Parts: sequence; C-alpha cells; structure tokens
Amino acid sequence: MTASKHTVLQFVPLTSSLSARVHPVVIFSICDYYVRRPDQAERVIGTLLGSVLPDGTVDIRNSYAVPHNESSDQVALDIDYHHNMYLSHQKVNPKEVIVGWYSTGFGVSGGSELIHDFYSREVANPVHLTVDTSFQNGEAVIKAFTSVNLSLGDRPLAAQFQEIPLDLRLIEAERVGFDILKKTIVDKIPNDLEGMEASMERLLTLIDDVYKYVDDVVEHRVAPDNSIGRTLADSVASLPKISSGSFDKLMNDRLQDHLLLVFLTSLTRTQLSLAEKLNTAAQIL
Amino acid sequence: MVNPLTRSFLQAAASEEVASPLRVVQIEGLVILKIIKHCKEFSSALVTGQLLGLDVGSVLEVTNCFPFPIREEDEEIEADGANYQLEMMRCLREVNVDNNTVGWYQSTLLGSFQTVELVETFMNYQENIKRCVCIIYDPSKSNQGVLALKAFKLSDSFMDLYRTNNFTGEKLREKNLSWVDIFEEIPIKVSNSALVSAFMTELEAETPVAQCDYDRLKLSTDPFMERNVEFLIECMDDLSMEQQKFQYYYRNLSRQQAQQQAWLQKRRAENMARKAAGEEPLPEEDPSNPIFKPIAEPSRLESFLITNQIANYCNQINGVTGQSFSRLYLMKALNNK
Repeated sequence: MTASKHTVLQFVPLTSSLSARVHPVVIFSICDYYVRRPDQAERVIGTLLGSVLPDGTVDIRNSYAVPHNESSDQVALDIDYHHNMYLSHQKVNPKEVIVGWYSTGFGVSGGSELIHDFYSREVANPVHLTVDTSFQNGEAVIKAFTSVNLSLGDRPLAAQFQEIPLDLRLIEAERVGFDILKKTIVDKIPNDLEGMEASMERLLTLIDDVYKYVDDVVEHRVAPDNSIGRTLADSVASLPKISSGSFDKLMNDRLQDHLLLVFLTSLTRTQLSLAEKLNTAAQIL
Repeated sequence: MVNPLTRSFLQAAASEEVASPLRVVQIEGLVILKIIKHCKEFSSALVTGQLLGLDVGSVLEVTNCFPFPIREEDEEIEADGANYQLEMMRCLREVNVDNNTVGWYQSTLLGSFQTVELVETFMNYQENIKRCVCIIYDPSKSNQGVLALKAFKLSDSFMDLYRTNNFTGEKLREKNLSWVDIFEEIPIKVSNSALVSAFMTELEAETPVAQCDYDRLKLSTDPFMERNVEFLIECMDDLSMEQQKFQYYYRNLSRQQAQQQAWLQKRRAENMARKAAGEEPLPEEDPSNPIFKPIAEPSRLESFLITNQIANYCNQINGVTGQSFSRLYLMKALNNK
C-alpha cells in the first residue's frame, strides 16, 4: 500500500546489549606494532582474536598485526598474511577465533568501512577497536565499535559505526602490577617479600586515610557521608569475631606449622651439603 | 691527544672480540604479558614458546615471543611444528618484529623445571645461537601476587662437561663443579616503550588497591605448601635412589679391587715359585680376566639436578613461610585493634 510508495529507511537494531572487554596484552601488542610500523604508514591495523562470552560480551584476548597499504580511496590488505597468521594462532589455541579488528587513530576514519566490510565476511558482527596512539585529546582513548547497516529498502545505503561499551579494567595487568608495566625501565622484578612490603605499605596508608577521615568527621571538619560510614562499618564487621583465646591458639598453631616447615627446609639443606661433602670424600678414595 | 684515543679504540676493538658475559635479560612488558597469557591458558599442561630479540653486548633484549602448540609425539606433527615455527618467524618479520631467536620460555609447576630435558633443549639451542636464555614462569605462584618469572642459563663449565658427557666424580672434582653451579640465574630487567608507558599510566585504575594486593594478602597458603612439601618428599626419594646407585657402585668397586688384589698376590706367589724353578715369570696383568674389566661409574647429572630441585623447593617454602609470618602478624595487629 502506502509503504510501497514510501521509501523506508531501515535501521537494524543491534542485538541487545553488546559490549567488549579487552585484555592488556592486546593493547601492548598494538602499541608495539605501532612503534615498529613501516615508514610513511599513518596507522596500523590488525586482527583481534577472542571469543563471545555467553552474556554477549566480546572478550578480546589476543591480536596480531596485519600489514596493509592505504591511499586516499583504496585499501590493500594482505589477506594471505591474515589467513596464515590466523591458521598459526589456531594451532596454539583453537578456542580463539576472529572477533574483529583494530586500528590506531582517533575514532573511525576513511578506509575503515572497507576493512570492516572484509572482516564482516570473516565473522558476523565484527568489533572494531580504535586505539588513539597520538593522544589527540591528551588522553588515551580506546573505543570499540560495531557497524550497523543502514539500508534503503533492500538497497544497502551506508554503514554506521556505533560505539559500544568497552571494559578496560585490565585485571591481568593488575596481577602483574602496574609498577612494572607503566615505567619505561624497571631494574628488578620484586621478589616475594618486596612485593609483600609494597602491599603492606599500601594497606597502611589506606588505614591511615580511614583514620583521618573518621577523625575529621568526629571533629566536625568534614560533612559525614552515610554511604562511606556504612561501608566502613561493613568492613570492620567483616572481621570475624573470635575470642582472643581461640585467636591466639589459631595464631600459634599457624606459627608453629610454619616454623616446623622452616625447620624442615633447613634440615634438608644441611643434609644436601652433607651429602655433597660425603660424595667428594668418596671420590678421594 | 691522538695517541691515547687510538689506543683506547684499539683496546675497545680488542675487548669486543672477547664476548662479554651475559649480565642482564631485558624483557618488554609485552613479552611478560604474552608469556603469562599462554602459560595461564594451559596451566594444567606445561607449555613452551620462543623468545625473539636482540643481543646487545652484555644485555639480551627480549622484544617479542610466540607460543608453540602443545607438542605431540607424532613425527608428522613434529615436522608440522618446525613449519609452524618458520612460518611464524617469517610472518613476524614482515611486521618488523626482531627476527632473532634468543631462547625459549616455558611454564613450570612449582618450579620443578630442573630436568634432563631442559638441559638437552638448552644444549640444542646453544648449538645454534651463541647466547640464549630460558625464561621460566610459574603460574601457580602468581596466584599469590608474585611475578614468578626467572631467566636461566647453563654455566659454561657445565656445558663443557655435558658436551663430553663426563659426569664422573673425578672430572667434577677436577672442574670444581658442584650442583649449585649448573644453572646461572640472570637478573631480569623490564622495559616498556614510552607509548605503552603512557597508556598504562592513563589506564591504571583509580582504586588504591590492585588485584595483586588482594592476592598477596590472602591468608590461605595451605594448598600451595602442601604440594610443595609433597614434591619435596618425592625428590628426596629420588635422591636416595640415586645415592643407593652410588653405594652399589662403590661396593662393587671395592669388591673388585679386593679381587684384583687377591689375584695379584696369587700370581706373585706363583711367579716366585716359577722363578725358583727357573721358569719365565707370568705377566702381572690379565686383561681377559673379567675382574679387570672397569665398572662404569654412574653419571652424577641426575643427582645434581635433583639436588637443585630440592634446593629450589626449600627456597620456595622459605619464601612463602616468610610471607605468611608477616600476614599472620598483620592479622594479629588487626585483631588487637
């Protein structure tokens, strides 16, 4: 009826709440490739590997660089290279499949549509990750996009890149410790006790902060905030209530256990050096 | 003015020829994260991968790496693995990654890596590249907030001995090589490009507590300790087996010597009798006699490696108990408040 006369601009909505999560190793490799980019190249691109989690989050776990050439109106992507590399990665971890592609630069740019089109043929609904390596706004902008097809009737008209939420919490990097990852040079990896010391120090400053805050509130220097107060009460309450007697017993038991272990290891070491001496003595025979 | 300069240049050129010993391994943050990712994903199995980088004077820079697929014992697949390696190196060269093998990394379970296989792999690598390292990562320890990354190489004197395959007591004594001298640990430096450093500074979460702090302050160490002690006990058993082998060898040796002595006395007495009778004396050696056959001395390599492992477990247990003590006292302080 009227619909046939009117041209209908169709907008295909995205499937529910799509979001992405990126692992620090991906950002590191993108930066590395950008630092090693060929002369004249303005930006670098590559393939993102990972998986789609059951809740629809795209988990970007790995990536590899793909060489490409770009001029004003065309993009040449080394497709053979892309496929070879993908096969190699599959051999190591078959669970990681193509989920999208990355590019350096601020947001989506000219040739992106063509490349995105190529990746759409590799995987349905690819994610496009942009990493602003030039720090245009003076901050590290990392964004994820998916493309939405706009079509006029049956005719594809354009593709719209839509930003999707990106989780940048980098738990993996936290485990290693930002102290190591954010400096350009670190002379030594902290050993067990040094790491412990750093953590303890941080805990102490936190406790000091809390003390200061509570004192300030009590002295009416700071307006009390109920939610902070509740969180503090909760964390104090999270300490299990144990009678001092049983706590001492628990504590002493643990200490004894550990002391015994230390004793055992020293004993073993003494044995080892003794055995060593005996061996050399036997050789003189 | 010219003379001292030229001399110093000559000296420099001369000293260049003597390869300076490897002092530091400098790893990129990217490599650390890649190794951790690979080792964690397959934490039940032990995995390996190749390290790429540059050899600059006394510093070995590791700038990239790639994982190996899990190895299988099939010959065809083995050839496949070699292809994979070449293909990967070729591909990485195309995107300007340093195309120079500097060693390999592998995951380990509680630091039980000092094995004959590792020594063999190292020798293989050493044949092709002058300077190589092995980086060991322990995923089980990283759950406690420790970055358990270590770089190792075999000591030169040990490699000399290994090439001649001579691990008898006498040779070891001659070279003054004890079990401590097999592996040399090389200090690790971490470097990041300015770009990565900028990104990480920006992306570091605002929260004052990071995941590694939580991990470090966790009170439960029992499962880790339990396994450590279990491994230690196993190793002790192995070591006593090795020592029994040596005891057996020495017992045999002394028995043989006694037999030889007895035979010699008998022969001498015989010779005296022959001399008295005016006959030619018989030779005082008889190679055809089985009691003169030398008994092969068992190799000490295995027991050396086991000793190394035991020392390693001891260190680990000590380290963890040290941490536990501080945690316990912290708990006590908190409880008193």
